Amino acid sequence: MTMLSAMKISSSAMTAQMVRMNTTASNLANLDVKGSTEEEAYKAKKPIFSTIIEKFTENDYQAGVRVTGIQQTTRPNIRLYEPQSPVANEEGYVFQSNVNSIEEMVEMTNATRSYQTNVEVMNATKKMMMATLQLGKG
Amino acid sequence: MSILQNPFGVHAQAFQLREQRTTILASNIANVDTPHYKARDMDFKSVMRATSGPMRTNHRQHFSVGGTGGDQATIKYRLPHSAALDGNTVEVGTENALFTDNAMRYQATSTFLNSRIRGVMTALRGE
Repeated sequence: MTMLSAMKISSSAMTAQMVRMNTTASNLANLDVKGSTEEEAYKAKKPIFSTIIEKFTENDYQAGVRVTGIQQTTRPNIRLYEPQSPVANEEGYVFQSNVNSIEEMVEMTNATRSYQTNVEVMNATKKMMMATLQLGKG
Repeated sequence: MSILQNPFGVHAQAFQLREQRTTILASNIANVDTPHYKARDMDFKSVMRATSGPMRTNHRQHFSVGGTGGDQATIKYRLPHSAALDGNTVEVGTENALFTDNAMRYQATSTFLNSRIRGVMTALRGE
């Protein structure tokens, strides 16, 4: 039944959006993590989404989503002069995380919206399936 | 054609196609954040024409609707109103509207099927 694949597709998108949400949460949680070198300091992560084509025939098309990897952002970490900090290096500098909180907030809102849309799709699909099951009874 | 020979008429085919279109639109909505994803859709009119044949006229005063059979590529790419920078052509508003439209038409078809079944039952009972 094709309807069940629609459910599967929506659930794959919900899983992917959840990974994105977790990544954003981790980024925001580590916003103030400092390090003594640029490598040690926290770098914002971003999930990479890609399409899984389950079926593509003449008149049938099913494509879900999955997260194929987590990418580190390459934006440079800002260096601050904080000699009193326990993680400061010999020169007295610390490196801030490269998380942009505004960007993360936008990412969070987008993930929420996409998740909600997929929940709605799932609900609508469920209603249609129920209508099919009730066929000939009413 | 008699209702007992072909009780569901064109609706059975429409029901199946609506179901397939649901999956296509669900795929588009699922891939809203996937870079380079291209939204696709079913050309319902031409698929319906290709699968159930052109509408026939059986009276000299009927107009011909000129069914050519349509072309065979039934799943096509959607043309976006404004292309996104990451190459994704899914527009949530459009997809949502079409999904709702499709769901509504699916419900309509299911209502038609229900009344066909009721009609046949009434004919069989002869009450």
